[in-house]
Amino acid sequence: MTASQEPVIGERGGESGAGTVITPTRGAGAPRHLLSVSDLGAEGMEEVLRVSDAFVEVSKRVIPKVPALRGKTVVTLFVEESTRTKLSFETAAKRLSADVLSFNATSSSLKKGESLRDTVETIAAMGVDAFVVRHCAAGAPAAVARWVDACVLNAGDGWHEHPTQALLDCCTIRQVLAERDGRAPGETGVECFKGLRVAIVGDIRHSRVARSNVLAFSALGAHVTLVAPGTLLPPAVETWPVAAVSHDLDEVLPQTDVCYLLRLQAERGAGGFLPSVREYAAAYGLNARRAAALADGALVMHPGPMNRGVEIADEVPDLPRSVILRQVANGVAVRMAVLFMLLGTPQDESPTGALAGLGDAWETSGA
Amino acid sequence: MPRPTGAPPSAGRGGPRVPSSVPTVVIRGGTVVDENGQRRADVLCAGGTVSAVGESLEVPSGATVLDAGGCFVAPGLVDVHVHLREPGNEDAECIETGARAAALGGFTAVVAMPNTDPPLDDAAVASEVLALGAGAVCKIAVAGAITVGRAGERLAPMGELADLGVRLFTDDGTGVQDSGVMRRALEYARGFGVTVAEHCEDRALASGAAMHEGEWSSRLGVPGAPAEAEELMVARDIALSRLTKGRLHLLHLSSAGSVALLAAAKAEGLAVTGEVTPHHLAFTDAELAGYDTAFKVNPPLRTAADVAALRRACVTGTLDAIATDHAPHRPEAKDVPLADAASGMLGLETALAVVLGALCGGEGPSVQVTGGEQGSGRGERLPERTGGGFDRAQGEERDLEPSRLSVRDVVGLMSWHPARIAQMALCQRGDQGGPITPGSPANLCVFDPTESWVVDPVRMASRSRNTPWAGRELTGRVRHTICAGEPVVVGAEAQR
Repeated sequence: MTASQEPVIGERGGESGAGTVITPTRGAGAPRHLLSVSDLGAEGMEEVLRVSDAFVEVSKRVIPKVPALRGKTVVTLFVEESTRTKLSFETAAKRLSADVLSFNATSSSLKKGESLRDTVETIAAMGVDAFVVRHCAAGAPAAVARWVDACVLNAGDGWHEHPTQALLDCCTIRQVLAERDGRAPGETGVECFKGLRVAIVGDIRHSRVARSNVLAFSALGAHVTLVAPGTLLPPAVETWPVAAVSHDLDEVLPQTDVCYLLRLQAERGAGGFLPSVREYAAAYGLNARRAAALADGALVMHPGPMNRGVEIADEVPDLPRSVILRQVANGVAVRMAVLFMLLGTPQDESPTGALAGLGDAWETSGA
Repeated sequence: MPRPTGAPPSAGRGGPRVPSSVPTVVIRGGTVVDENGQRRADVLCAGGTVSAVGESLEVPSGATVLDAGGCFVAPGLVDVHVHLREPGNEDAECIETGARAAALGGFTAVVAMPNTDPPLDDAAVASEVLALGAGAVCKIAVAGAITVGRAGERLAPMGELADLGVRLFTDDGTGVQDSGVMRRALEYARGFGVTVAEHCEDRALASGAAMHEGEWSSRLGVPGAPAEAEELMVARDIALSRLTKGRLHLLHLSSAGSVALLAAAKAEGLAVTGEVTPHHLAFTDAELAGYDTAFKVNPPLRTAADVAALRRACVTGTLDAIATDHAPHRPEAKDVPLADAASGMLGLETALAVVLGALCGGEGPSVQVTGGEQGSGRGERLPERTGGGFDRAQGEERDLEPSRLSVRDVVGLMSWHPARIAQMALCQRGDQGGPITPGSPANLCVFDPTESWVVDPVRMASRSRNTPWAGRELTGRVRHTICAGEPVVVGAEAQR
């Protein structure tokens, strides 16, 4: 979904001086930024999932830290407030031994009237390898990518996309389904997504999570059904790569393997999109009765933060089929994978070299 | 570049300095194209008027000779819709720079929109703008606001403004939301023989929008305005025109539905006219795929089907005029995320080439071509979609073939038709858009329809740089512009 005129794919544009080895040169074709799930394609996603599995393993260690990005600097530029995504990215970067600069919009120069561009260029001038950008305006990370040479990771832009959320959701689904088969996730490839029936329920119109997940799930071969009242469906929904659109959650549930609930923002009621939050909860909230109507073995997912009692009843997150906390846990591993793939040095990139090296390199990493 | 062989007029870019006397000019070797048709002829201008038109005219001694080989010699272009930003936003544009941009684009008259700061809702402000425009390189007319402060509530002093020569009234930048106010504006305007021009946009449907609502806005997660936001107000205003017998002009129509409504109103015999911008004839909303704020404009760029309908409406005569909606913005208003960016794009310096590409399809001119290549149909500006899983909207028109209008028809859309909408015959500094005959005012545009050039924002005369054509090649270039007898552009260079 990135613009044709956007140079998101291609060589690293950094002006590393000849002879220095500080900025590695990546092969042509390697993505420089992660602005949209479509930057990756199905193959790229499979690669992210594969690398993520390795970092899931790292996360289980006593000291879950590797030196892969030692000397790299990652800035989390969150112009829109966020707690979990920012913490997740910062944890991921720190576990890769990168230096993390945390930009706080509420106490920043942006509040004093500095433009986003000046802010970004100022930070870039300090020597930064990656910007992790969260912004309330769609396309803001694309703009940052135009302005600076560093890698840009979209951590959520307006209603547009939240690609790492989609990747961690895919990682979680694959992990759970592989476990059921008694296999390692890597053994299953992305076969588990073929024909998987996913229902995305809620405020799809205003959801960056929905846009990224629709792209990711459909690229991997899943059948996606969007379930929402008419006011919360996106315009031109017929052009989305989905199998079906429904206004009736109860009808969809028995044919659903993954029920993906979106957060309903309270202002949607006030904004006239819904008569009331209560009416929404009655028609589209997942309660225990509805959860029981799901297909056998179906999963319940939610990107958080949850509105208990609105899109999800209080008892549902604790059901065995809910994998909501696993999503959070995998978020760190997936973000480690993405940062590593965008910032890692070329010699680490060979699958064996990179991942085999993770185990014994700890001694050389600064604490 | 061809240079005048006679004494060049005063050069340089000082303040507005009106030459004390206009030189005698011979435009030699071109094809005259005007409402009467098309013919090979030289044009002699003296004392601010056309004094002779004919083949192989003798050059009076001391006359400036302008080479028009391979060129059309047309009535000066007229733009009824420009934003010159003065007073109030002179760092984006001012009357002097906007007029120079107009002259380079072949325009000899423009109508400045009233959304300045303060707005042109008052005779004193309008007088000041007219005075500032008096020395400019292009005739500056103004449109008055319909309502005080363009707030959509109380009528602005239409009578006082009409006394100054104001013939168009609009709250452009916003539509008059209150139907009762719009009804009264149309009724009141009748008494002065002036026209009410509407920026058609239903605020409730369009608020917060940064682009057209459709497939692309849905993909990009950008709030959009549906075409219906425009069409509702077009339909309402046509109904009010029927009710009041008031004369209505519809600004920058952008959708297939809007031109269908306009066609029906015309078939009914209502006094309604409509304009379209060059950019709505050239671009679709797919241009926003990279969140490039240069393409954020209001009304927004719409679908290929809309572009095709707008082009057809130019051919059928449903659309009366092309107007640029030249909207300069400072870089800091555009170098921000799309949602925060100002709407609007430059238009004056690129308009003729863009329209020739969209409507003439690079049709070779029926004149002797002395340089350049045949045009190549620059109208096709649809980028291929990038991958990403979204399907093409079914049945969407992909045949953005340039329409096949004659050059004369295009000149009509940009010269005598808009001149009539703006009632230019009633304005000072002479008639605009009229036939090129002895005795008519020497407002002329000489352009080479085959010259290709690359748009360089840095070299533009406008004080702003927000052109969507930056770095792109256009075919068709204005070579000379004569305004009230003065060669204000010679060899594609502004003379003052």
